[in-house]
Amino acid sequence: MDPQAYDVIVLGGGPAGLTAAIYLARARLSTLVLDTGTTGGQMNLTHEVANYPGVASTTGAQLGQVMRAQAEAFGARVMSQAELGRLALDGLVKSVEVEDEGVFTARAVILAPGGAPRTLGLDSELRFKGRGISYCATCDGDFFTGQDIAVIGGGNSALEEAVSLTKYASSVTILHEFDHFQAHQWAVEEARANPKIRFLLEQTITGFEGEERLTAVTSVHKRTGEAVRVPVTGTFVFIGYVPRTAGLPPSIRLTDRGEIVTDELMRTSVPGVFAAGDARAKRYRQITTAVADGTVAAIQASEHLSGEGTPAKGRPV
Amino acid sequence: MLQTKLDHIQTTKQYQELVESGKKLAVVCGRMGPMCIPVYDVMDNLKSKYPDVTFLDMEFDAPVAAETIRRLPETRSFSGLPFTVYYRGGKVVAATSSIQTKQQVKEILDAKLKD
Repeated sequence: MDPQAYDVIVLGGGPAGLTAAIYLARARLSTLVLDTGTTGGQMNLTHEVANYPGVASTTGAQLGQVMRAQAEAFGARVMSQAELGRLALDGLVKSVEVEDEGVFTARAVILAPGGAPRTLGLDSELRFKGRGISYCATCDGDFFTGQDIAVIGGGNSALEEAVSLTKYASSVTILHEFDHFQAHQWAVEEARANPKIRFLLEQTITGFEGEERLTAVTSVHKRTGEAVRVPVTGTFVFIGYVPRTAGLPPSIRLTDRGEIVTDELMRTSVPGVFAAGDARAKRYRQITTAVADGTVAAIQASEHLSGEGTPAKGRPV
Repeated sequence: MLQTKLDHIQTTKQYQELVESGKKLAVVCGRMGPMCIPVYDVMDNLKSKYPDVTFLDMEFDAPVAAETIRRLPETRSFSGLPFTVYYRGGKVVAATSSIQTKQQVKEILDAKLKD
């Protein structure tokens, strides 16, 4: 038997992918999970998870580790830091190339690549990454004790982290592109009530200044064109996520935002290819919804294998 | 001690011996946070591909870090965890701040630590 042939390949080792792997492997379907980074996905960026049913409190990284261990205990093979090459998903047998590992094949693939933090896309942003610009308040907040900092963004993460950063910073300026926030009302009220926080709305960020370290962020008011320069030594960027779908073949239908289009059974535009988790076009992105997606995708993949006439190796999930 | 699969640098003496040995080293100095864990994972994954490089970690809040990596001129402007420092022949040859992808780490290893 070809050791590189599996019943199902799952691309992505976050909560959606690992849940799918748990279901598939428990059904004794040979399952390979490939993650291009560290398994756990965006859960790794979450310092505390307090709303996962049945788990009072844990870290995102710990929850990811437990999910991975569970999938592996049922027999799934999980590979992190996989460098993906060519994906061929259109035929009856799909193939995925992994550098230094060769080509893996399967008759069903579940796409669960998740999302990556959105960046501003400015050259100066890259220059000051780790030298004043950060994407993690819990990691780097204490570097800015007693300093003036900025937070870019207007959603829940931006406002909650801005409030959290007032533990360290002497002032926090929130710069947001719209004239209103996308966050929950309670998060907006909490930020507005904090005396250390001020707001600059309708801003387009134009750049970051400094020599070895950041010294200012610049922006322009979207309506008036007024140039703004905010002297800060730190800036935290929380402007949402982009789906990690850039490398997918054109036969996989995407929305104009790059999200994978599926039906309610997680089926994509290609037979035998399913999608689950944050990279899918959907309204709500939570760990629980990713887990639900992974479950449905796994069951559908299993039925796909049975329905093909190619007997799946295990019992139906 | 950090919960990683890397060897740990726990004392200043150990750090000095490693650096003075002239060996090729990649040291990740961090905590167990969202930006650090992926870098430990990358280093663990690259061990077999770079067998002549010693991959280690160091706890950012431990005294050894305050006495060594956090005092390097190369990390003076850093404000993002982890601090990753590469050594060869007893000298710092590269240093990065904040999260790094596998590709970014490989580029440094290939440019600075490959014969």
